Amino acid sequence: MNVGSLPEANRGLVSAAFQSKSFALGFALTALFILAALVSFVWTPYDATALAVSEKLRAPSAVHWFGTDHFGRDIFSMIMVGARTSIAVAFVAVGIGIAAGVPLGLWAAAKQGSLVDEVIMRANDLVFAFPALLIAILITAVFGPSAINAIIAIGIFNIPVFARLARGAALTLWTREYIFAARVAGKGAVRISAEHILPNIMNLLIVQGTIQFSLGILADAALSYVGLGAQPPTPSWGRMLSDAQTMISLAPHMALFPGAAIVLTVLGLNLMGDGLRDIFDPKLRRSRS
Amino acid sequence: MAGGGFRLRPCRSLGTHMAPYLLKRLISLVLSLLAASVVIFLVLQIVPGDPASYMLGMNAQPETVEALRQQMGLNEPVVWRYLTWVAGLAHGDFGVSYTYKVPTGELIAQRLWVSLPLALYALILSTAIALPIGIISAAKRNSAADYGIMGVTQLGIAVPNFWFAMLLVLLFSITLRWFSAGGFPGWNAGFFVALKALTLPAIALALPQASILARVMRSALLDTLSEDYIRTARAKGLTRGQTLVRHAVRNAMIPVLTIIGLQFSFLLAGAIIIENVFYLPGLGRLVFQGITQRDLIVVQSVVMLLVFAVILITFLVDIAYALVDPRLRSRA
Repeated sequence: MNVGSLPEANRGLVSAAFQSKSFALGFALTALFILAALVSFVWTPYDATALAVSEKLRAPSAVHWFGTDHFGRDIFSMIMVGARTSIAVAFVAVGIGIAAGVPLGLWAAAKQGSLVDEVIMRANDLVFAFPALLIAILITAVFGPSAINAIIAIGIFNIPVFARLARGAALTLWTREYIFAARVAGKGAVRISAEHILPNIMNLLIVQGTIQFSLGILADAALSYVGLGAQPPTPSWGRMLSDAQTMISLAPHMALFPGAAIVLTVLGLNLMGDGLRDIFDPKLRRSRS
Repeated sequence: MAGGGFRLRPCRSLGTHMAPYLLKRLISLVLSLLAASVVIFLVLQIVPGDPASYMLGMNAQPETVEALRQQMGLNEPVVWRYLTWVAGLAHGDFGVSYTYKVPTGELIAQRLWVSLPLALYALILSTAIALPIGIISAAKRNSAADYGIMGVTQLGIAVPNFWFAMLLVLLFSITLRWFSAGGFPGWNAGFFVALKALTLPAIALALPQASILARVMRSALLDTLSEDYIRTARAKGLTRGQTLVRHAVRNAMIPVLTIIGLQFSFLLAGAIIIENVFYLPGLGRLVFQGITQRDLIVVQSVVMLLVFAVILITFLVDIAYALVDPRLRSRA
């Protein structure tokens, strides 16, 4: 996700990136939450799991910035630790989608029209047909609720997204002259896919990765809201909201802050994705502005 | 079909191109449904815990458990159980719920009377909100209104619907006391009473979908506005507004209608979470109860029904699309 990991050739884009307002804002929001997650490993204002019943349901104040929950836990600290869970779940789920989906898509494109292509694409259609959240609920219900199962459930639905994207983009590249030249030079489909196609679809993958990352945060929030994500005492944004629901008339702050954290993270990632798309696709940028 | 030779021609060409396409799509529809049923059946075979011993409680005699397993057909081979299940589905027989002891079909039918109207209500709201603002946004491109709408929809996409639901409860139920915070009186309590109970859930469900749809509407309209025939329409003397309504919006509706079709299945599945916020007795509550009570038949039937609905809607959207846009047929 960080800019430093962009390929060398794209370095010049980094300065262009920050001239895009939506990218800059999105990057700032995303960086804020990643930072909160990282800092939570070494410091939080309070122990995020420590119960202090005498301090319960405190409204936001200088002592507890975001107030406390029904067990007296500090909500600011819980949001910091919760960022860790949400980001980890969504990030690994995107990783699963890319690691499995991109090779499948490239394979299907290299063997366009073959049985392999047909099987891969039909399997993709099948996964797409399942209402993602419902199946995620099913998977976590079957294998038991945990952050790991939430990652698997969300990750599975990222596979067809990346497979389709990689196949579609690769298909157009296979008709280019330089690919033809590589074939004439005797390179096999695997080498061409790895050396010529993959680097050229990287931009698309990064943009889609950002979008899937934000969808992953939302999916993880929904799963942990219904009790199928990370289990207590590990704080998670979704679970904080389900706790808040019964207390909503007494302590609305319990619902406001974790929800705002989800919205800002997702918003940040979406803005970053939009900004990146505009930067990678100058034609689109010109037609938009 | 009884028309003269010339009139018949487009019909015949539609028929000859459409038939192989339809056949191909029908075969893939049936295959998808079969594959989905196998996947759902297999996943639920791995659920830990024996439903029979779960139903009878911890102190049950092994013989009693065994007898119940026999009665529930749990001792039959897996393949046989799958085939009986699918054969039943084809007849509308979903099997008997382990916990409720009533046919699952009846349970689902009852719950559908909450989930289906909720999803429809949300779909209507989403469309009614999204289309006008999408059109305004595209027509007044790069204006303050456009930026405002794009900003709001960007935010709408980022809001989890269950959190938005809680905010609605906080404002309209707890503070203003206009709506009740949850529960469903049933359709017997009167149409508008029931509709009122579904209003907040429908709004919560509609918001993110409306945001997506408004953006789709805007970009579809911007695409058509750059077409040559729009310039021709302006050149022949139509005003901007006339061009927009008579040519641009109508053509932009094709991709928009596809998205609306697909959104219905999202809304149906999304209702599962929202029903939990508002304690609505719909399919979502049924699934969660089924999961905690190890009521496999209920869970697999509801999931199958929803997947069936999604596959069927996608199929219908594809067909409708092919009817409108002949280019898609030849590509398939």
